[in-house]
Amino acid sequence: MSDVRKLTYGGAFNEAVRQAMEADENIFCAGEDIGAFGGVFGTYLGLQAKFGAHRVVDTPISEQAIVGLGIGAAVTGLRPIVDLMFMDFICVAFDQIVNQAAKLKYMFGGEATMPLTITTGGGAGLSAAAQHSQSLEAILCHIPGLMVVYPSNPYDMKGLMTACIRENNPTIMVKHKRLLGMSAHVPEENYEIPLGKANIMRAGTDVTVIAYGRMANETLVAAEKLAADGIECEVIDPRTLQPLDTDSIVESARKTHKVLVVHEAVKFGGLGAEIASQIHELAFDYLDAPVARIGAPFSPVPFSPALEQHYLPDAASIEAGIRNLVQRS
Amino acid sequence: MDLSPPVQFDLHRRMVRIRVFEEAAGRLAEANKLPGFLHLYVGEEAVAAGVCAALNDDDHITSTHRGHGHLVAKGGDFNRMMAELMGKSTGMCKGKGGSMHISDLSLGMLGANGIVGAGSPIAVGAAFANKYRGRGQVAVAFFGDGATNIGAFHEAANMACALHLPIVFACENNEYGEFTPRSATMAITDIVDRAAGYGMPGVIIDGMDVVAVHEATLEAVARARAGGGPSLIEAKTYRFYNHHGIQNLGLKYRPDDEVARWKERDPIFTFEDRMIENGTMTRDRVDEIWAGLRGEIEVAIKFAEDSPLPTPDQILVDVYTSMTGAAQ
Repeated sequence: MSDVRKLTYGGAFNEAVRQAMEADENIFCAGEDIGAFGGVFGTYLGLQAKFGAHRVVDTPISEQAIVGLGIGAAVTGLRPIVDLMFMDFICVAFDQIVNQAAKLKYMFGGEATMPLTITTGGGAGLSAAAQHSQSLEAILCHIPGLMVVYPSNPYDMKGLMTACIRENNPTIMVKHKRLLGMSAHVPEENYEIPLGKANIMRAGTDVTVIAYGRMANETLVAAEKLAADGIECEVIDPRTLQPLDTDSIVESARKTHKVLVVHEAVKFGGLGAEIASQIHELAFDYLDAPVARIGAPFSPVPFSPALEQHYLPDAASIEAGIRNLVQRS
Repeated sequence: MDLSPPVQFDLHRRMVRIRVFEEAAGRLAEANKLPGFLHLYVGEEAVAAGVCAALNDDDHITSTHRGHGHLVAKGGDFNRMMAELMGKSTGMCKGKGGSMHISDLSLGMLGANGIVGAGSPIAVGAAFANKYRGRGQVAVAFFGDGATNIGAFHEAANMACALHLPIVFACENNEYGEFTPRSATMAITDIVDRAAGYGMPGVIIDGMDVVAVHEATLEAVARARAGGGPSLIEAKTYRFYNHHGIQNLGLKYRPDDEVARWKERDPIFTFEDRMIENGTMTRDRVDEIWAGLRGEIEVAIKFAEDSPLPTPDQILVDVYTSMTGAAQ
């Protein structure tokens, strides 16, 4: 298998966009520095050269207008992909995302379709400090009308990004900045991973761990170590956070009777709280312990590597969390 | 007035349609027959009519919280509009939008908007799509003087100019942002001063003169269609009723003589006088037009009142394009 085709997470994103644009001339991209420069993370590299400046558009630093550009173009028949560089910048465009993109269809009595994909770089771990490191996915998942997608590996990235572009609802594709260089097998042919379907990354019987984005990979590392001690973790990556595949999560909880949710967003009010509540509502009688959560402390993301490394969950803290949970019962 | 009689009749009819719709809506609101907020367009009819008469059916507009006038001017159906204001299932938005989100995509009307300034970036997107397709369509962003103080407007105006898009920014300067006079919220008198800052031409026109509005829009739209980029039109106008409803809370924030002065320049009555003076129109014909449209409004009110309310099973419908996206 040495000749297996590999792509990075960022490269898989790029290939999904390129293949989609080749197939459908109604797709265009717009954002800051994505044209000639290829995006600050290189995820749009080469697309302007291939498709021209009219289809891969460099915009002013104007996040409200970037999202508005996508909304207006989507509602009049195009399929825009607009980029908001860092996830923190969604806050600048929040009115257009929350009050406009998410609600237009509903407010217009169903008349509008909004095939808009918003791409953004999320997550911490680069000493990028409090305004370039956030994980704000829970806020987005709270808004009816939005779909939120957060791939954990290159294969998923390509299939999920393809699905986002084909989706007729507004989707937010979160690219974890520290996964951009992750390399793995990605088929060259175009494929789609359905939105709203979780991926059981590792089957297990003793405990269910739900994790997404970079934390899914940290969890897999922890799971391998625990397996050496005879603790078999079932690792579920929801892939899509809104809509959430509650069925798969609850089914696993009923099987293992113990559940841990991991994310690098702050724990308070994070997606873990919602997932835990759903499990408690739908599988309480099957549980041997309350659903446990691991998340970041309730502070802005600190700058210094000395602080940030303690701020973020990692394989070691996840392993400890699982051991703690397994010891109950 | 160089405009042909048919164009004059068209402008007049669009204005009277707005007036009769808004007056009926105001009466219903005062009788507590309309739920929610109601921002009436009375007094500003020349702007929506003059602009929309310069557009084709497949051109796009974005609107404001004071949006009924724009939809009526773009050809909005009275029955479905009135039903929407009453929250009925037969409404433009099936009772899910109401006054502040009234829309009709089939007429290129991309929605009234409850967020001041938020329509302009969306109009930029429509203009981008129009340029992308290359079919000569244009977009118009309607907004008030107050909206030019919010970031979304500045971002939209700059991006439209940077990308050289076929768009017209149509400012309805009615001198008040809600209850606060323009002079308290900006250090300039004319909104058009801002156009130069983005690199687009701008003109001030008398927003009570439908012919002036129409001619200025024809020029701006022609420029946009020909690839000449964005323009800004500032129409000096005035709302005859309150920010919200007719009487609102009865709070006084405008001098009586100011209101009276503007009402003397009623855009519909002054235009009728001109047409009658020119021999284009007779008083009898004017009366017939009003009576005919008032009859249509009565039909629309009856249609709306007789229409069913939406049922609770509709709450989750159309949150997403397919129900695969429904949350638990």
